[in-house]
Order: sequence, then structure tokens, then C-alpha cells
Amino acid sequence: MSATGIGARVVRKEDHRFITGKGRYVDDINRPGQSHAYFVRSPHAHATIKSVDASEALKKPGVLAVFTGADIAADKIGGLICGWMIHSKDGSPMKAGAHPALAQGKARYVGDHVAVVIAETLAQARDGAEAVVVDYEELPPLPDMTLATAKGAAAIHAEAPDNIVYNWHLGDKAATDAAFAKAKHVTKLDIVNNRLVPNAMEPRAAIGEYDDGDGVFTLYTTSQNPHVARLVLSAFIGIAPENKLRVIAPDVGGGFGSKIFIYAEETICVWAAKKVGRPVKWTADRTEEFLAVAHGRDHLTHAELALDGDNRILGMRVSTKANLGAYLSTFASSVPTYLYAPLLSGQYNIPSIYCEVDGVYTTTAPVDAYRGAGRPEATYVVERLIEVAARERRMDPTAFREMNFVRQFPHQTPVIMMYDAGNYPLALKTAMDMHDVKTFAQRRSESERRGKLRGLGYSAYIEACGIAPSAAVGSLGAGVGLWESAEVRVNPIGTVEVLTGSHAHGQGHETTFAQVVADRLGIPIENVSIVHGDTDKVQMGMGTYGSRSGAVGISAIVKALDKVVAKGKKVASHVLEASEGDIEFKDGQFQVKGTDKKAGFGDIALQAYIAHKFNGQELEPGLKEGAFYDPTNFTFPAGVHICELEIDPSTGATEIKKWTAVDDFGNVINPMIVEGQVHGGIAQGVGQALAEQAVYDKSGQLLTASYMDYCMPRADDLPSFEIGMITTPAPSNPLGLKGCGEAGAIAAPPAVINAITDALGHEDIAMPATPQAVWRACQKRPSRLAAE
Amino acid sequence: MPTLSMTVNGKPVSGEAEGRTLLVQFLRETLRLTGTHVGCDTSQCGACLVHIDGKAVKSCTTLALACAGASITTIEGLARDGKLHPMQEAFRENHGLQCGFCTPGMIMSAIDMVNRKGTDLDEQTIRHELEGNICRCTGYHNIVKSIAAGAAAMGKEGLRQAAE
Ligand code: FES
Ligand code: FES
Repeated sequence: MSATGIGARVVRKEDHRFITGKGRYVDDINRPGQSHAYFVRSPHAHATIKSVDASEALKKPGVLAVFTGADIAADKIGGLICGWMIHSKDGSPMKAGAHPALAQGKARYVGDHVAVVIAETLAQARDGAEAVVVDYEELPPLPDMTLATAKGAAAIHAEAPDNIVYNWHLGDKAATDAAFAKAKHVTKLDIVNNRLVPNAMEPRAAIGEYDDGDGVFTLYTTSQNPHVARLVLSAFIGIAPENKLRVIAPDVGGGFGSKIFIYAEETICVWAAKKVGRPVKWTADRTEEFLAVAHGRDHLTHAELALDGDNRILGMRVSTKANLGAYLSTFASSVPTYLYAPLLSGQYNIPSIYCEVDGVYTTTAPVDAYRGAGRPEATYVVERLIEVAARERRMDPTAFREMNFVRQFPHQTPVIMMYDAGNYPLALKTAMDMHDVKTFAQRRSESERRGKLRGLGYSAYIEACGIAPSAAVGSLGAGVGLWESAEVRVNPIGTVEVLTGSHAHGQGHETTFAQVVADRLGIPIENVSIVHGDTDKVQMGMGTYGSRSGAVGISAIVKALDKVVAKGKKVASHVLEASEGDIEFKDGQFQVKGTDKKAGFGDIALQAYIAHKFNGQELEPGLKEGAFYDPTNFTFPAGVHICELEIDPSTGATEIKKWTAVDDFGNVINPMIVEGQVHGGIAQGVGQALAEQAVYDKSGQLLTASYMDYCMPRADDLPSFEIGMITTPAPSNPLGLKGCGEAGAIAAPPAVINAITDALGHEDIAMPATPQAVWRACQKRPSRLAAE
Repeated sequence: MPTLSMTVNGKPVSGEAEGRTLLVQFLRETLRLTGTHVGCDTSQCGACLVHIDGKAVKSCTTLALACAGASITTIEGLARDGKLHPMQEAFRENHGLQCGFCTPGMIMSAIDMVNRKGTDLDEQTIRHELEGNICRCTGYHNIVKSIAAGAAAMGKEGLRQAAE
């Protein structure tokens, strides 16, 4: 391994600009003549909009325009789309209501976009928005699924009269019922997966611009997938054809899924730029972000696990209600269905699984993918069921997991997925050794001497990443293919630009992708630049989410690099006067086999461009290759996280004492970056387990709309983490990569709750296990401490 | 609109500010120093942290006009003659940032921490002192490491400068 090659802990190339304040985020960009947008948002959860009167607003200083739903309808601007068709059990398509970028006739959640004011300055736009008079007639707020699905509840969308978007299912019901019929033991749990707000630290922002001369729109936007944004804005919303719309996602300050989606605000900025003849800029303040960004999770689940007399798992039955919010966001329909139920087999041999999911409209912000997207919800179900089943059967939870682990690969689960590689017992053993589980009993007694309750919780998670084989997701209802593209441009002096359809918003692609290129071409890493995030530079791409940038994005680069080397060999054969078949490429040198005749990569690049040594009819000049890579399978990162914590029963305060994670991400390009991804994921998972929750009150107001009310994990809420890895390379892609971005967020919540319930001695606690909730749980039953 | 003068990163600057203009707006929009970020509206996240007369202050909660005559340091003012501040270097070396959005505030906060608490910082102190800064990406693990290393490096550099 070279100091900068695959597997090296290379310090990040992109960091210089960030640590010197030279990052370029959307809000840092200002365009000549730019105006500012401010949205008038519904203060009601559910209301008819009888009229919008902008006359006073238009008189305010600096106000250039006020637009409403009627204006976008007049311009035939289409609604925001949900790009994944889900069919109900009875075969009927999901019942999706329209999602206009500015409300038309009805507002459906607090924060819904009712009008936009565009003014010379942001302050003037805000002042203008204050003066817009909207006449609302309130309708019944339906901020939770129980209310929304109650008999006689008002329909949020006429298309879904009972507020049910779909009743979907997966698996073999008859086989699963049969398994339960012969079970010796059934474990049952009611599970709440709490609603979260992604909270990337950079609020969303957009600048729309229109060039009158060429008729070209430009949108700067905080996007994880600028090409998908362009596709949707062109093909569905109808802003402009793709060749007249450039989308730029420059530095983006975190996404975690929330910046995948195409939102109303950027749609309006780019559309309005032409209307007002000026660039239009919008930056969310944090409260707007809380109100209108797509939220995550929010499931109510009943789950059952059937065991035989030897404690082997026979079957699993899961019934989930998933809150989809007031409108279907871009990928909302897929998250609680195909990104969820196919992961219910976890790391276990489960002969039969049946899962039903009701997708429910409520008068809350749309809910869509948030770090892990469906997989954390599945893992929480599986790992809570497993832990509780083991406890009910009085088995050590690790021994129970051990005896039910999948050990043979490939392994076909009853819920679509074909696991191709893994070593679950090894991850568990490695984690237990690293964590020093053997001496836990001593640590527990020591805590008890101090009046504290200590608990140990496991989470053996699996996820499906490397999203995804296009034909497979197409057959499941996806509206797009999920391949990735790459183009490798070799310059005449041998420096290289790689254009990728992946997008980095913290993942460090400029470093890891360059490591692969430097390693493969045998050139210094400084000679490699990674270009992404601009539809004028990169032709097409599917972006970054679902831990896909390694397994899919890098695989596309590797494919293009192979073509570059193949072309280089052709050039070298002319330069070195040997037959092409005799040329080897190694460590940056093209060499004639068995001789010392060779030429460096840079020399061959130059020869490719000056084209003196070969006939241009036989061999094209230049050295530039592109590739599209479509994966053949998902990848299956998996691992074991162990959380050890201590509860103060007098206050309910929970302190995480020790965290061990052993993950199998297949081969790893840059362990430093991968560990960083795990740290961040764990922190978000711990946040979900202990602190975070989006709360709507009965009237549909979001009570947690700032950092005063929504509890974000801070440095002193978390420990340092012990991170280990095992490796079973992914067989489905050239470098054996699996993906690491979501693992921590998937693994962490059940580890925490399993540890808390271990400490409490009962299962009666829900996420987030805030000090108050834990204190109550401590009162509920005699604690282990009092019992002993 | 009143005109406002102050020293920013060692240079005298002036510009117009309304009564409601926040210091962070003045820095970002008038002076185009966009390294200082805005992550919240409630003074919780610390992305906007700068030093005013040597003290860490959240520039999102400070009126620009209140800073007339003050000396302000932002993330752009840390590197000297092309040489990074040891705390900047430590964040890079220890992978103390991912998306980079919280990073300027974290670095400014870290330097203030060293100024107040010294160069030998233990993990508990660092975590406690970071109460006013939120990062969503790193889980703080590598930020804590970066600050400990940066503090130690500042200590060494202080000694070196004292010796010179
Ligand atoms: S922007 Fe100043 S504390 Fe968040
Ligand atoms: S690095 Fe992204 S918020 Fe801290």
C-alpha cells in the first residue's frame, strides 16, 4: 500500500478550504443584481385558503413581486413528484395527492408554502411577507396517524379519502402464519420509531438565475444529487428542458438524506428568476428548516417473533404504520416499504417473514429518507425483538444471536435480499473482545455500589447499500435507474480530472476518489482532481445517498480507469514499438513484457495528445474515457455495536460509558474517513435513542422548531468510540466496497435501548429515552438495584 | 444608514449597517467574509463564532453597530503569511471536519478554549467547553481529538515564540 493509495489514511484534500473559511456553500454565493425570496407559510396545520391579498405587500419598499399558487398554475409549473410507485396489496397504485410548489386552495401543514415575496433585500422580503393577508378557513388538524386514520377524519387529499396512501405488504403471509402456529414461544413488541429532523448544519438554500440572452436557467442549490434535481425540474415540473437548465450543488454542509429531495423553495427560486428578471436567492432560517425540510422515521409498529423449542427463529410478523406527512416527498413512498421490509431478516436465518405497511397522510411536514432510510427502522424492530426474545427465553443475547446467525453465503432471505458475503459471528466475537464484555459484571457491581444502574446493549445490524441495480429497483417501482457515471479526463501532461455523478457533502470524495485514481494509475494524488456537483461539467449522475458513492460511484470510476489503461496500452504499443498484447501497466509505467522498454503514464498521455506516433485513423488521439456502472446486487455492510451505559435512577440521566463498533464495510479506501462516518452515524443514532424528537401538538403546531426545543446531541452527551473492522469484500463490485455512511445511525438506536432496558430490568421505555422518560421507567418497577 | 468602522483580521474596515444588522450579516454580506456561518436562529449552534477583542462571541446574536471600534478575528484571519494556525492544522490532521459547515465556529471556539483553559486540555474539559457548538457530522470524536492536539501544538508554538 502506498502512502496515498487504497487503504491509506490520507488527510483530506478538501480540508484546506474549509479550515480557512474558503468553503463555498450556496449562501456564500451572491449573484449580480440578486433579489431575495421569503416564503409566506401556513400558520395552520390544515386550512382552506380562501384568498391571498398581496396588495399591501406590493406597496412595501423594495418588494418586487408576490407570487401564489395561482401564478405557478398559470405558468403550468407542475407539482413536486414522488418518484417511486408503490402498489397496495390489492394491486391498486398508491393514492398520491398533488404537491404544488405553492399551495393551491389548501394548506396541509404548518410551514406549507402559501406565497413568496421577492424583494431587493431579505429584510424587505420579510417585511413584505408580514403584509401579505391570507384568509384561511381552518380544517381539522390531523397531526398524528391515529387522528388521521380515525373513522370520519377529514381527507387531507381528495385522492386518499381515508388518508391511507397505500396498504402494502411483503412476504409470504400463509407460510409466516404457519410458522407462528407451530411456534413454542412468541415474542411480541409494540415499537415506536420516533420522528426526527435531519438537521444538516447548513440550512437549505437556493439561488435561481435566468439568462435572457440564451434562455438558460441556473440553479445553485444545496443538493445531494444535482442531476436528479435537474431531471425532476425539467421533465416533471417543467421549468426548462435539461439543456437549458444548469444545476450547481457546490459545497454542501451535510445532507443525511434531507438534501436528496426536490423542494418547493428551489423550484420557486429558479422559476421566479425569469419572472422578476433578477437572480432570486433564498436561505432557510433554522425554524423554516424545522418546519419544511423532510423529516425522518415516524413509525408505529407491532412486531412478533416466533421461536421453536430450541430457540431457533421460525418466523417474523411485522405490521407498521408509517407517517408520510402532508405530501409525498421525492422518495417518501419507498422508505417504509422497499427500504424497510427487505431488511427485516437482519443477520438471521428467518424462514418466513411477513410485513404489512400502511402509509398515512397527516398534516405534518413530509417525511422521507433520513440517514439509513428504512433500514434503521427495520434494524430497530429486529434487534429489539431479538434482544427481548433472548431475555424472555433466559438466554444470553449473544448466544441467541449466534445460534440464529446466517452463516452460509449467498443467503436468500424471504424478503427479496440475497446476502452475498459476511461473517456475522466474527464481528460479534471481535466486538465482544474489544469491549471486554467478560468484565462487564464487575463494572456493573461497581456502578451499583455508587447507586447507578449499568446496562449493556447489543445491536447486530445489516443494511443494504450500494443502491442499486437499476432493473431490480425498477421492478419494485422506482422511477429512475440507480447506476452511476464517471469520466476520466487525462490531460496531456498526465494530470487527471475525474468527473463523477456522486456528490460529496462531507464524505470526503475529493480524497477517497483521488486515492483510487492515484493508486490505479500510479500517479501522485496531487495530480488528481475530482469534479462533481455541476450539471454543466458532469453529464449525468444519480448522486449520493444510501451509502452508494463507494460501491457504485467508485466502481464507475474504476471502470473508466480500466478503459483509460486499455487505451494507454494501445498508445504505448506504438510508442514502444511492441504489440499491444505485450504491454503491461504497473505502478504508473507501461512496459513491454520481459524487457526494460517502458514509458511513464505522463509520457503516454502526452503521446496520446500529440498523436505523432500512430495513425489517427487506426487510433483516436486523446485520452479520455467514460463509464456508466450499474451494480449487480446491493451490498450488505453489517456489524455489531455494543453500548454500555450508566443510569442515575435519581435523575434518569443516562451516560454512555463505552461504545464499541465492529463493522464489515468490505474493503476500505480510507479508514480515517470511514471511521469518521461511523462516529457521525453513531452520534445521530444516539441522538434518536436519547434525545431527539419532532413533536407536533394537537393543533398541528411543531413544538420543536428550534435548537431550544429539539435536542441535538452535543459533545458532552457522547463518549469517544472504539471502532474496529472486519473485512469480507463485497463480491459484486470491482474493489469489494460495501459502504459505510449510514451504519452508525442504523446500529446505534437498538444498542442504546437494549442497554437501557438491560439496566432497568424491564422493556418499558420508548425512544427518545430522555432523562424524564428514564426516570419514570426507573419508578415503574423495582429496578435491578432495588431488587437485589 | 449609519456607517460602521472596526478592525477585522487586522485590517481597518468600514461599511453601512442598519440598526437591525447582525454582526454575522455585516461580516458575510458587507465584508464578504463568508467563512463565518449561520446554522441557527437561537444562538445555539456556534457556527457563527468569532473573536471580538480576543473573546469568543456568537456573531449571530451581536448587533453590528455594537462592534464599532472593536477588533474582530474571523476564521479567515487565523492563518499568518500563508501558514495555518496550529488549530487549523490539527483539525485537518485529525479529520476534525466532514462537511465543514460547523468547522470555522469549532476552530474559533477551540482557540478561545485554549486561551481560557490552557494548552493541556483533557477530553472531559473539551467536551464540556464545546457545549455551545453543534456538529451534525463528526459525532465530535475527531473534533475532541483535534482540539487536544491543536491545544498542545499551540503550547509548543507559544514556547517556541517565547524562546525566539
Ligand atoms: S448561528 Fe450563531 S449560534 Fe447558531
Ligand atoms: S462537519 Fe458538518 S456539521 Fe460539523
